[in-house]
Amino acid sequence: MENVLIEKVLTRNIGPDQTPTDMAAYEANGGYRALHKVMAGMTPNDCLEVVKASNLRGRGGAGFPTGMKWSFVPMGEKCTPGHKYLVTNADEMEPGTFKDRLLMECDPHQLIEGMILAAYTIEADRSYIFIRGEYVVAIERLEQALVDCYKKGYLGENILGSGYDLEMHVHTSAGRYICGEETALINALEGKRANPRAKPPFPQVSGLWGRPTIVNNVETLCNIPHIIDRGAEWFQSLGIGEDSGTKMFGASGHVKNPGCWELPMGTPIREILEQHAGGMTDGRKLKGFLPGGGSTDFLVEEHLDLPMDYGSIGAAGSRMGTGTMIILDDKTCPVGMVLNLIRFFAHESCGFCTPCREGLPWTRQVLEDIEAGRGRKEDLDTLVRQVKYIGSMGNTHCALAPGAMEPLQSALKYFQSDFEAHVEQGCCPYAADMKAQDITTVQGERA
Amino acid sequence: MSEHQLIQSDIALSAEEIRQIDVELAHIPQKSGAAIDALKIVQSQRGWVSDEALVAIARYLDMSPEALEGVATFYNLIYRQPVGDKVVLFCDSVSCWICGCDGVKQKISEKLGVDYGETTADNQYTLIPVPCLGACDKAPVMMVGDDLHTNLDDQKIDQIFAKRTGEGEDC
Repeated sequence: MENVLIEKVLTRNIGPDQTPTDMAAYEANGGYRALHKVMAGMTPNDCLEVVKASNLRGRGGAGFPTGMKWSFVPMGEKCTPGHKYLVTNADEMEPGTFKDRLLMECDPHQLIEGMILAAYTIEADRSYIFIRGEYVVAIERLEQALVDCYKKGYLGENILGSGYDLEMHVHTSAGRYICGEETALINALEGKRANPRAKPPFPQVSGLWGRPTIVNNVETLCNIPHIIDRGAEWFQSLGIGEDSGTKMFGASGHVKNPGCWELPMGTPIREILEQHAGGMTDGRKLKGFLPGGGSTDFLVEEHLDLPMDYGSIGAAGSRMGTGTMIILDDKTCPVGMVLNLIRFFAHESCGFCTPCREGLPWTRQVLEDIEAGRGRKEDLDTLVRQVKYIGSMGNTHCALAPGAMEPLQSALKYFQSDFEAHVEQGCCPYAADMKAQDITTVQGERA
Repeated sequence: MSEHQLIQSDIALSAEEIRQIDVELAHIPQKSGAAIDALKIVQSQRGWVSDEALVAIARYLDMSPEALEGVATFYNLIYRQPVGDKVVLFCDSVSCWICGCDGVKQKISEKLGVDYGETTADNQYTLIPVPCLGACDKAPVMMVGDDLHTNLDDQKIDQIFAKRTGEGEDC
C-alpha cells in the first residue's frame, strides 16, 4: 500500500517499529541542521518571513496561519522589557486524535528543534512543553532529549555562540480537556483553574504572566525545522491542493487498519479511508465520519472524494480539525455516538459560561432520553434550539460549546431518520447490533 | 474537618517534596504558579493529596487553602481522596465507545468488583474514566498505573488483572 512518491517529512525518522529517535540518530538524518543554519546568520525576521511564505497553518485544529500568529508578537524595542514565552500545546485530548503522541514518542528532538527555532523567531527566552500527564512515555523521552540538548549547547545560554539564550521546561498537566484551549492552557501554566480567558487581549501580546506568548500545536512546530532547512517553496510543493505541507491523518473506528499516516495536505478522503485505513471491516458499511476529531461536523459518503484540506472540508460544512477521522459504521447508533460526545463535552466544560455549563448537560439529558426510547417528537425541536443557543460563537468565552454542537447539528441533518426512529419505536433500533458486538470478534475482523 | 482544624494541621512537606517544588519555583515568577506542580509532586510521594497535605502546600506557596483547593478539585489527575496502588484510567471516549468499551468496562467492574470512582477492597486498583487517551487506532484502551493497554477485550482484561481471580485472594 505504501506510495513511494509520498515524501515523508514529519515521520521520516519514524519506522514501522516506532523505535524512538535519539540525538545521534536525529542528527545523522539532518536533525539540528536548521538550528545551525539559523544561529550562523539568520535573523528572527528572516525566519518569520520563511514561515509566513510557507503558508503553514496551525495543525491543532483551527488552521490559523502560523507566520501570521507569530507576527503579532511585539519585537525588539517595541516590546517592553521582560520574558517572552513559546509554549507547545501537547495536551492532545480531542476525542479521536492520536497524532501528536506518535510525533513526541518517536521523534522528540524534531519538536524541540522546532520549538527552539520558533522561540528564536519571536525572541522568546523561555519555553514550555505543556503535555498531558497520561503521556508518560513521551514525557520521559522529551525530558531525556532536553538533557541532551542542554549538554550539546542547543539550549541554555549563548546557543551555538549566537548570543541567544533559551530555557525549556516540560510541564506535565493534571488533566482536563479544556487545557487544550490556549488561554485555558496559559491559566493552567500559571497554576490556576483552567478557565479560558476572554480575548482580547490575545496571548501574542499578553499571555503567560501577562507577557507575549505563542502557543502552537506539536505537529505545527515539528514542521518548522524542515521549512527553515528546505525553504517555503519546497514546503508549499508538498501539498496537493491549496494548502502547504504534509499532514498527519488518521482513522479510528471499524476500519480494517486503523492508524495514523503522514500524507500530502489535500489527499482525498477516499484514499485515506480505503488505501491507508484498508476500508471498513467486513460486514460493516460506512455511514458517516467526523473528519478531524470529536468537535467537527459529520460528513457522509458523498464527501469521500473531497481533498482533506482546510478549505474543502470547510466548504462542505465541517472542519478538517486535527485531521484524525472517526468513522461511524452502519451498525453503530449515530444517536449513541453523539450522546457519547455530548457526555464528554458536558463533563469537560470548565463551568465558567452558562450556555456551556448548563446547556450541555441539558442536551445530554435530551439525548439520553431519545437513546433510551423515552424521547418525544418535540425533543428533536429542542435539540435544534440548543444547537442554536449553545453553538453560536460569542455566547461563550471559548469554542468548547460551539465545538460540542458540531457533531450534533450535522447528525440531525444527515441522520434525522435515525433520531425519528428512536422516538417512533420507543427504543434504539441499533440495540441488537450494538449488543451483538462481541469485542473478541471486533479484534478478529482487523487481524 | 473544620476549617479551623485544617489550618492547625501540622503536617509538613518532606525535604524531597520541597526540593522538587523549588526546582519548579526557579522558573516561575510567582509562588502560586507552582500550585499544580506542587500538588502533583506531593501526590507522587503520597499517592493522593489529603486535607493536611493541601494545607502544607498552600502554606509553602503563600496561598490560601481555599484557593489551592479550587485548583486541586478542577483537575481530574489530582486525587483528593485516597486511591489504590494503581489507578485504572479507562477511556470511554468516542472511538473506544464505537469499538465496544462499554462491554470492556462491564468486564472490569465484574472482575474487580468496583464501579467508577471506587477502589478495590484490597486497595490495589481505583477505577476512573478518562478523556480520550490518544491511542484511538488501538481502541479500546486504558492505563493501569503508567502502562497503556490497547485493543482491550475480555481476554486481555483477564490477563491484565490475572492475579485477582477470586474473592479473598491476597495479591
